[in-house]
Amino acid sequence: MIFEYLIAGFLVMAGIFGFVGSFGLIKLNDPMSRLHAPTKATTLGVGGVLLASMLHGVVVEGHLSLHELMITLFLFLTAPVTALFIAKVHIHRHETKESLPKAGEDSIWATHDVAEADPAAEDQQS
Amino acid sequence: MRLLRRLLPHPILTLLLTLTWVLLTSTWTLNSLVFGFLLGLLIPFLTQPYWPQQMRLKKPLKIIEYILIVLYDIVVANLVVARIVVFKSNAKRQPAWVAVPLDLLTPEAITVLAGTITMTPGTVSADVSAEGHALLVHCLDAPDPGAVRDEIKQRYERRLKEIFE
Repeated sequence: MIFEYLIAGFLVMAGIFGFVGSFGLIKLNDPMSRLHAPTKATTLGVGGVLLASMLHGVVVEGHLSLHELMITLFLFLTAPVTALFIAKVHIHRHETKESLPKAGEDSIWATHDVAEADPAAEDQQS
Repeated sequence: MRLLRRLLPHPILTLLLTLTWVLLTSTWTLNSLVFGFLLGLLIPFLTQPYWPQQMRLKKPLKIIEYILIVLYDIVVANLVVARIVVFKSNAKRQPAWVAVPLDLLTPEAITVLAGTITMTPGTVSADVSAEGHALLVHCLDAPDPGAVRDEIKQRYERRLKEIFE
């Protein structure tokens, strides 16, 4: 009985954080801040569902399922990569070398570290 | 020994892939163990050109401490971010870019640090400097960007340095 309340509690918590993550996507007003919302939903939102699922497996169905751990592992591997891609697109399109903080001793961020476009080469292509 | 190194470029990755396969199939049989081990041999061998250097772990046991700290931080920071998203108006929120100078040298350690920064709510790592000496981090709400930088260096980077270097 007490475990059922616990499982329900985890699910409700996951639902709340999932909702807050989606709500943030609408409410926040600049692209980089919006990026924060989905990376958050994957941590506690999905984490809560997975905990509930594991607990349900052990208590109700009577066997330990470790697939949830795998899902956690894959999420933790993929979520930062996706976030990095979106952030890089944003830097390419909306940020200049002046609008970002100084890159320390290297003086330039990797996304901006591209050879200046050669106008002649572009003419040939088009 | 050199032949072994050529065939087994990343022993830890081999172990991890085997374990992942066994957990994925969820059957504790010799069958899945052997097939997992075959994948663990094949995948590092095929991806070797993209990951030429050897990875070293100085203090592998510290990884457990690191994981626990990161999990705890994720829970705490999730609550903080939820409060910012729901209750703080966009006008009052102060998003900021922060440059974090790095003491870490190995690419693997920097990757783990960047991933940790993204997974802990409130911060997203957006870029690395041209030669890999600094990370560009975006903060959702940072009235004091210096404090964010110091916390990342103190809390995560110092521990990663112990683990990897």
